[in-house]
Amino acid sequence: MSTALNMHYIVDGSDFTTAGEASTAVKMSLKKLGIAPDIVRKVAIAMYEAEINMVIHAGGGEADVMLESDKITIRLIDHGKGIPDVDLAMKEGYSTAPDTVRSLGFGAGMGLPNIKKYSDEMYIDTEVGKGTTVTIIINLH
Amino acid sequence: MSEFHSVTLDSDKCRGCINCVKRCPTEAIRVKNGKAFIISDRCIDCGECIRICPHHAKKAVYDKMSQLNDYQYCVALPAPSLYAQFNNLESIDYVLDGLKKIGFDDVFEVAGAAELVSEMTRDMMKSGDYPRPLISNACPAIVKLIKVRFPKLLPHLHNVLPPVEVAAKLARARAEKETGLAPEKIGIFFISPCPAKVTALNHPTVDEKVVDGVLSASEVYMALLPAMKEIDKPVSEQISGITGMSWSYTGGEATALLLPKYLAADGIENAIKILDEIENDKLSDIDFVELDACFSGCVGGCLNIENPYIAKTKVRNLRKYQPVAASRLSDFPDFKKEQFLSSGEVEYNPALELADDPKKAMEIMLKIAQIEQKLPGIDCAACGSPTCACFAQDVALGKSKMSDCMIIMKKELRDILAE
Repeated sequence: MSTALNMHYIVDGSDFTTAGEASTAVKMSLKKLGIAPDIVRKVAIAMYEAEINMVIHAGGGEADVMLESDKITIRLIDHGKGIPDVDLAMKEGYSTAPDTVRSLGFGAGMGLPNIKKYSDEMYIDTEVGKGTTVTIIINLH
Repeated sequence: MSEFHSVTLDSDKCRGCINCVKRCPTEAIRVKNGKAFIISDRCIDCGECIRICPHHAKKAVYDKMSQLNDYQYCVALPAPSLYAQFNNLESIDYVLDGLKKIGFDDVFEVAGAAELVSEMTRDMMKSGDYPRPLISNACPAIVKLIKVRFPKLLPHLHNVLPPVEVAAKLARARAEKETGLAPEKIGIFFISPCPAKVTALNHPTVDEKVVDGVLSASEVYMALLPAMKEIDKPVSEQISGITGMSWSYTGGEATALLLPKYLAADGIENAIKILDEIENDKLSDIDFVELDACFSGCVGGCLNIENPYIAKTKVRNLRKYQPVAASRLSDFPDFKKEQFLSSGEVEYNPALELADDPKKAMEIMLKIAQIEQKLPGIDCAACGSPTCACFAQDVALGKSKMSDCMIIMKKELRDILAE
């Protein structure tokens, strides 16, 4: 029997109302596993930010979650426009979000910095015009 | 161990339909052998099953008016929502007088105590010394929901006692002072709009028990109605104003804080969404969050008579020409604020965890995922569990059998017949 639980989610890029559903489902699974509340919160915040990012900047994408007994790996894959300057994008407050998104309270330029803050490991693999894959790893104990 | 719940099942009336199973917000109900049963440590006493059951098999257990006979002196604590149950009520003084006619020696309005809670909360928020957002503890079903599902938010719960408990303390002190009777001879009775408050007050988990009984608004209403008709001019004088009365519906508690950054939501599904957002750090710019399990708040409690929306309109009419608040902390100089604070913290209830050991829980979760793949995914609930996902969990935990799934059984039967 495999020792990892795999979950797969399609993140709809046209619909803000469903953004966050995947992170909510993952959060519930972690609670059922009895993972410490502080860690559940880290996962929820990091994954929610990443999900929202995909909706705002990339027209949606896919989220693959691999839950193992000691860590959770979340890989968010999109085929959007990519990030031209990752270092700049990682700066707090730097945002390229359109005004329509800002009016909803998103796009404060805290997405990527927050993902980094709440994860133990974070990798960004991006190519302009092709898309971005963000990998988040959070230790569960 | 099975803890006490006001919400119970009358199994003679239960037909084993799946209405309550589907409605329960914490997936605490299953149908087994043709009858519903409640998983005790998951139940938050919200009363949703009572509301939905078409056979009235789900009911709330509460104390009876006959218990007043056990005490020499009885004080009624009417919830503000009680005032909204009457037609053409000119003043709530009729209700207060009526209570004194049906067996109570004195009345202490919970709405009055609510104004004190609002005052204390305002002071606390002015000082800025509180976790942001502060979450109201007035709805016990919400407190239980947080206990089961949002342990991270437990420190956000307000620590000023809910109005009913403040009222009970003040009422008892007044009764002891005025009668000179021993505490055990004084009976303090809350008139409740909901089963959640029956459970919370009769079986408190953090603070001491402050009432001697919790009565149902609907039962007291039946006794009150004829008694109130006999009143020509009431002698009681209300100690609540707009603030206290408004606590009976969603938003009343929050607006009384006179702060712009508040959020008030009703309905348990909305509450879950809001709590999720707070947990994800999305609402840290909000100062105060009021959540009510029932739609419209306490006027929506399932022990009430009146439709919640009509009740709300009635409260608004009763509020007219009343002062903003009629009770102040300075009216009770014998009391110190500390007496109105909760004495401890609400503890996490890990009822949703699959196992004590995370490794074991992981194994179960993998098993659940495997089982779920075999299920039809139509969430028909004919197996007795609310959804296929929940059924998979019940099977993995050995509480249900795969053969309980009607769809799988039907397929197997068809295969056998085809052979």
